[in-house]
Amino acid sequence: MEQAIRVDNLTYRYPKQEDARETEVFSGLDLNIEQGSFVAILGHNGCGKSTLAKHFNAILLPSGGKVWVYGKDTTVGEELIAIRRAVGMVFQNPDNQIVSNVVEEDVAFAPENLGVEPEEIRRRVDEALRMVGMYEFREHAPHLLSGGQKQRVAIAGVIAMLPKCIVLDEPTAMLDPQGRREVLETVHRLNRERGITVILITHHMREAVDADRVIVMSGGKILADGTPRQVFSQVELLQSAQLTVPETTQLLYALRQQGVDVPLDALSVEECVQAIYRAFGAGTASKEK
Amino acid sequence: MLKDITLGQYFPGNTVVHRLDPRTKLLMVILFIVALFTAEGPIAYLTVFLFLGVAVGLSRIPPRTILKGLKPLVVIICLTGLLNLFYTPGTPVVKFWVLTITREGIFSALFMIWRILMLITGTFMLTYTTSPIALTDGLELLLNPLKRIKVPVHELAMMMSIALRFIPTLIEETDKIMSAQKARGAAFAPGSILQRARALIPILVPLFVSALRRADELAVAMECRCYQGGKGRTRMKRLRFAGRDYVTLVLGILLVAAMIVLRVVRI
Repeated sequence: MEQAIRVDNLTYRYPKQEDARETEVFSGLDLNIEQGSFVAILGHNGCGKSTLAKHFNAILLPSGGKVWVYGKDTTVGEELIAIRRAVGMVFQNPDNQIVSNVVEEDVAFAPENLGVEPEEIRRRVDEALRMVGMYEFREHAPHLLSGGQKQRVAIAGVIAMLPKCIVLDEPTAMLDPQGRREVLETVHRLNRERGITVILITHHMREAVDADRVIVMSGGKILADGTPRQVFSQVELLQSAQLTVPETTQLLYALRQQGVDVPLDALSVEECVQAIYRAFGAGTASKEK
Repeated sequence: MLKDITLGQYFPGNTVVHRLDPRTKLLMVILFIVALFTAEGPIAYLTVFLFLGVAVGLSRIPPRTILKGLKPLVVIICLTGLLNLFYTPGTPVVKFWVLTITREGIFSALFMIWRILMLITGTFMLTYTTSPIALTDGLELLLNPLKRIKVPVHELAMMMSIALRFIPTLIEETDKIMSAQKARGAAFAPGSILQRARALIPILVPLFVSALRRADELAVAMECRCYQGGKGRTRMKRLRFAGRDYVTLVLGILLVAAMIVLRVVRI
């Protein structure tokens, strides 16, 4: 399978501030992300997940080591536009990434920057807006939309570049549950139907459950890496990174500590119910709870 | 409250006025202002008023929206009116204390108020019916010749459109900050001017901090979307003059010509 992003022995130091010392975020980080996959990067505040994300499209450049994006070195200046076009970025606050007062003109911003022909821009804008389900709103003013709608416009603005990969840096942090669901559904659909690689950075465990792969970061290091089942069953490890595991895993973990024989890798509510039902139904555990 | 300020706000629509080329509308505003300042005599005033009235009617912008937009300017308008009322020399009509109202004063006050109202409503017609990006495009193209003398036309146009884009966002934010400060016991309404000015500090400081952070984030987001300045940039909507644009511009020129004629004839 094609490699989307390869991080090779990455080190990064934030430039010296006046009063603070130089802080090193990564010291020798390695990571590969495959084309077409849905990867969730989890971590507590300040674990370096956003800093890592900014390396994926050359907003930040490594202090040491290399980041390769579709085979292109991010430190090579001539490749910059090609890299940014291949890897789109969506940020936390939708208000601060919408440039225009009209939805469709905002979506057109990136292709306009790339010098695409007007007819082709029109086609891409319409398609991008349809993909995120905001086509009916194409002539609206963004500040009148809900948070989830704004964030979907921001996603459309990135898709209009026809990227192979989208990096979303806590896209749901400022949204209500409804908006959160809209954004996640959109992102999953893009991954499934268009084969776009998705890198979702979040601290909500629930959002990572449906990913193909979960990477947990802490203190600039990768703490765990695997399928959601593999990662979330390592409850103690996650708790040591100040992360709370999904509610279902929490419940199963608590039951296990009480001596109930349940598996830890049941992630959906349905699976969890089944597991508990089986454990108690078979009568292998005491029912003192 | 603050949300009622409609300055620089675009109301999407599909009327003739909306469809006019932004360059036409920009030039029309200039022509309209010229006409406004050459106008003299009741016929001229009425003509300009009717001209604007037709434009407002065609744009289907409800007059109430325009009145709402004028509201914040009531103080300035009244002040100008009063100053003209009392400080124009001429035949006295009413005299009391040190103040004299002259016949000329009444006319010039009414005229000044009319002029300001026309001026503001005229510019409203531009911003209400033209999306900021279209406006920026228009400005950029109109000012394009200045690029030769190294005026950063694209950058200026971009700055303007971003400023317009963030007006509603920052107003919303100001409202939020004010509520937050009020919840902590800050008082904005009473007190002397000095006290009230001081009361604004707890609003302005967080507003500026947040505006700077927004600017920073927006700059990164724009870079992520491959923004590299005006070079090699294309536009989804190309501007083209249509028949209606020429007709409108001719009407604008005729208006100015009429004003000049009326002025000359009167004298």
